[in-house]
Amino acid sequence: MNDADAASGFLTIGLSHYLTVSAILFTLGIFGIFLNRKNLIVIMMSIELMLLAVNINFVAFSSFLHDLVGQVFTMLVLTVAAAEAAIGLAIVVVFYRTRRSIEVEDINQMKG
Amino acid sequence: MIVAALAFYLFSAMAVIGALNVIFQRNPVHSVLWLIFTFFNAAALFVLLGAEFVAMILVVVYVGAVAVLFLFVVMMLDINVIMLREGFLKYMPVGALIGVILLVELAVVFGAWTMAPQAEALRGLPTPDPSQITNTEALGQVLYTDYAYVFQAAGLVLLVAMIGAIVLTHRKRTGVRKQNIGAQVARDPKTTVTLVQVQTGKGLQ
Repeated sequence: MNDADAASGFLTIGLSHYLTVSAILFTLGIFGIFLNRKNLIVIMMSIELMLLAVNINFVAFSSFLHDLVGQVFTMLVLTVAAAEAAIGLAIVVVFYRTRRSIEVEDINQMKG
Repeated sequence: MIVAALAFYLFSAMAVIGALNVIFQRNPVHSVLWLIFTFFNAAALFVLLGAEFVAMILVVVYVGAVAVLFLFVVMMLDINVIMLREGFLKYMPVGALIGVILLVELAVVFGAWTMAPQAEALRGLPTPDPSQITNTEALGQVLYTDYAYVFQAAGLVLLVAMIGAIVLTHRKRTGVRKQNIGAQVARDPKTTVTLVQVQTGKGLQ
């Protein structure tokens, strides 16, 4: 590959570029779950990051395949993510009221 | 073309930097703010992909609702920041290992991936010409017709989430005087008013 080809590969943004970004974001989300084992809220933010990565995948495929279904599905994923955040944070608040902590290690008994 | 490519690199780099900061910030409030930054950059990537409506929805829903919800909860809970960082380094190696394994797996999957020749024919909803009809209009035309039931189901999911969150966080507080309309309406003169014949010079006993 000569220099001109390399430059055009660098400057022509294809599907693989978007998939790479999304893969990096997804991996960072998983990494965040492992890293912040104590803080439930940061774990939920990591889950949001992973959902964002999935959305980027959907929209990238939708754009490069010229198919609108991907964007419709992205909106459904957004809905589910918003619902998950609302319920999850409500559970965190209830848990904090009873145990005065949001450490994952304290969540080991399913009693009210 | 070059501007679009540079914009892609800029926004994706900023999104990755934002994601890194979400994970590594000490203070959860800073994490939420970096999460908002990441969402804005992802929305910019969506605009570059020609999905303007989803980009705007991402900003409105995520930044306007979800991130602010996170911010509320982080500020509502009195969290000991120092204590939460304990064990941060303990989980670093295994987390990094799993992250690297996952990244390699994704690279293997996507690296060997090519579009099937019949993929164009198998499209569910071919995107209309963007110069004829805008992205928002095209989405609206399918969302309320072909995907009406799915749209309703999404609304139902949000309703269930709303009721669930209210039921979970609702609590009975003691020592608070509240209006009890049922008890007020159920009062009747027979039980609450007594007529007493007061005799002169005796007073009320």
